[in-house]
Amino acid sequence: MDLALAPETLARWQFGITTVYHFLFVPLTISLAALVAGLQTAWVRTEKEKYLRATKFWGKLFLINIAMGVVTGIVQEFQFGMNWSDYSRFVGDVFGAPLAFEALIAFFFESTFIGLWIFGWDRLPKKIHLACIWMVSIGTLLSAYFILAANSWMQHPVGYRINGEKGRAELTDFWLVLTQNTTLNQVFHSFSAAFLTGGAFMVGIAAFHLMRKKHIPVMRTSLRLGLVTLAVGGLFTAISGDTLGKVMYEQQPMKMAAAEALWDGEEPAPFSVFAYGDVDKGHNEVALEIPGLLSFLAHSDFESYVPGINDTNEALQEKFGPGDYKPIVPVAYWGFRWMIGFGMASFSVGLLGLWLTRKKFLLPAAYRTGEDEVPHLVLLKKPLGSRLTRLYWLAAVWTMAFPLIANAWGWIFTEMGRQPWVVYGVMRTEDAVSPGVSQAEVITSMTVFTLLYAVLAVIEVRLLVKYVKAGPPELSDSDLNPPTKLGGDVRDADKPMAFSY
Amino acid sequence: MELHDVWFVLIAVLWTGYFFLEGFDFGVGVLTRLLARNRAEKRVLINTIGPVWDGNEVWLLTAGGATFAAFPEWYATLFSGFYLPLLVILICLIVRGVAFEYRAKRPEENWQRNWETAIFWTSLLPAFLWGVAFGNIVRGVRLDADFEYVGTVWDLLNPYALLGGLVTLSLFTFHGTVFTALKTVGDIRERARKLALKVGLVTAALALVFLLWTQAESGDGASLVALGVAVASLVAALGANQAGREGWSFTLSGVTIVAAVAMLFLTLFPNVMPSTLDPEWSLTVTNASSSPYTLKIMTWLAVVATPLVLLYQGWTYWVFRKRIGTQHIADLVH
Repeated sequence: MDLALAPETLARWQFGITTVYHFLFVPLTISLAALVAGLQTAWVRTEKEKYLRATKFWGKLFLINIAMGVVTGIVQEFQFGMNWSDYSRFVGDVFGAPLAFEALIAFFFESTFIGLWIFGWDRLPKKIHLACIWMVSIGTLLSAYFILAANSWMQHPVGYRINGEKGRAELTDFWLVLTQNTTLNQVFHSFSAAFLTGGAFMVGIAAFHLMRKKHIPVMRTSLRLGLVTLAVGGLFTAISGDTLGKVMYEQQPMKMAAAEALWDGEEPAPFSVFAYGDVDKGHNEVALEIPGLLSFLAHSDFESYVPGINDTNEALQEKFGPGDYKPIVPVAYWGFRWMIGFGMASFSVGLLGLWLTRKKFLLPAAYRTGEDEVPHLVLLKKPLGSRLTRLYWLAAVWTMAFPLIANAWGWIFTEMGRQPWVVYGVMRTEDAVSPGVSQAEVITSMTVFTLLYAVLAVIEVRLLVKYVKAGPPELSDSDLNPPTKLGGDVRDADKPMAFSY
Repeated sequence: MELHDVWFVLIAVLWTGYFFLEGFDFGVGVLTRLLARNRAEKRVLINTIGPVWDGNEVWLLTAGGATFAAFPEWYATLFSGFYLPLLVILICLIVRGVAFEYRAKRPEENWQRNWETAIFWTSLLPAFLWGVAFGNIVRGVRLDADFEYVGTVWDLLNPYALLGGLVTLSLFTFHGTVFTALKTVGDIRERARKLALKVGLVTAALALVFLLWTQAESGDGASLVALGVAVASLVAALGANQAGREGWSFTLSGVTIVAAVAMLFLTLFPNVMPSTLDPEWSLTVTNASSSPYTLKIMTWLAVVATPLVLLYQGWTYWVFRKRIGTQHIADLVH
């Protein structure tokens, strides 16, 4: 069959489209839930109105975002059965458990408490209402943890045995699946990247308003919180990326060799800055390299041997029989670079911003600003001129989406870099698709999902823009006087609900 | 009782929980056209389920995830076999969720009306299609020796299954109507009670035919008892509704759903998806289930987590126990 329309290709495209799309919302949900919870905690502790206004503002954007995350997540729960039935039959015994844990522990938590939080402003006492958003935050983290454990098992299957009679993989050690180093490193990396994403989002929107000198007290606080989140998230993303990379060099040398377009093993191995090559012949025609750096990234020393694509392919052929065990090298190579490039660019904006807006440290007293002033951007001793100041704010706005691009490429890299395997070393992707599902059915569902998702993306982004521009809401009396009793105070019985659909 | 039998029961419990809870959500969605006279009343209806619909829907995701873990073969066959109907359900659930969250986010008339139209259709279609799906599961479909579905989508639209779809649609609408009577004040509450009588009678007629048909084809003593309970509680729910006992009416319509789902699962057991081509090719609790180790872990999960879920979801209903009416809907855009 024409490869472009092979069931495997179609099913992979559909999985790629629906999953990358879903993951645009996931990291923002994870980070914004925690950031909103932090802001609301500040409100409850200090009773400063700017924190409540910030909570309401970011909370609204968070809700617009999580709605999309939730509904696109429904597809994920079912599409393994729809398009990947042979995969489901083969791995369900192992892979199903973390999904069931995710649903029963995390989804219920998240979805129940989000309802309480949205509608609870005039139904719950202040502290209980605050607890609800923290529950949502815990739910989002647990959800990500279980699904990453499931994915890590596909990257590096552990804690299972093959039952030949039943022709399937069976779980033997669930604890190992939940705690193996692939899982822990992926969780560390994904969580930090999520906070990098949320931090950049917050910084970008705060910069948008500060540039226009609007909503200053709330946006000043938000900028600070965003910058710290962005810088810390970025730092941990880099550290965890390094440790995850080292784990992958042990577990999937092919993925990492492809990430570097390192065709033949070298000792010491260089890090590739730019390469252009011939995939069929298996070598690079143009290559710009930093000597020894790859050896360091793989094994923490500048001298060690790193195997290349060709050697690894031969080793895999010896182990698993004849065949081509290479992923699509340009996708892996460029995916790896876009991931790091976009992520670290955003991190740099954060670091720079943190320095420029420092409050006291090495800052001449004359440039310290009050609560209702836009902070000066001070490089050394003097504030930046108006053009450079504007340039920084613009950079913050325009790089807001960089982490989203980095996240998407990170997943494309790690999933496509694992090919031709769906479960590394155990099951090939071509053996995983649903044999009973026709080409027409997959094309139908892929078209429908793609169109629907495109329409929803337009609606969602326009809604976000509307609420970003509107800025933080004014507070009403009932906002400032939350109920003291569960279910709402009696005096409020005939008042309109604080929030209604 | 072995662990895979336990899990058969637990999967049935999850679907029952789903139909009980999202049943009235779907019903309320249908009522936005059937009962509401104006925009304000539509908003009252939507807000009766506002805080809870998302949590209710997780019962479906859990049923899906738990089936994957406990009966991988069932999960694989069911969702690849019922591909197109499932696709329609997924599309509906996506649009419906977004519709609830986004409808009031813009003041434009068109915007709000479009989402309201969406809420109606995306509630009605899944309410119907779940019945079609379960009709086919109970009756069996064309499965080959590899447990692959080899029928077409048209085979799924047979009279028995379509009747099943009408039953779930009308039953969920009834459930939603008595829920509305329980959760609202004012004019809409009175009209909900009147409408409940009509919808309830239609439901009773359809359900009786469908359940008797099921009983005649594959029933036994236990399923007959469940059938009796389902019909009796539906009649009692109607009586309670006429007597103005809204709490009882809602509880009893819930019992009807529980008993009807129980009856379907009782006639199904020990199959999980019978093959109409050859009984040897049927998926059963034994040949579809996971290994004992996985089932053991899953059982621990269910034992610890399910009571907690019931506890905090129940608490949510208690927090939002107040009835709402048009006076509680602020005219503001949120």
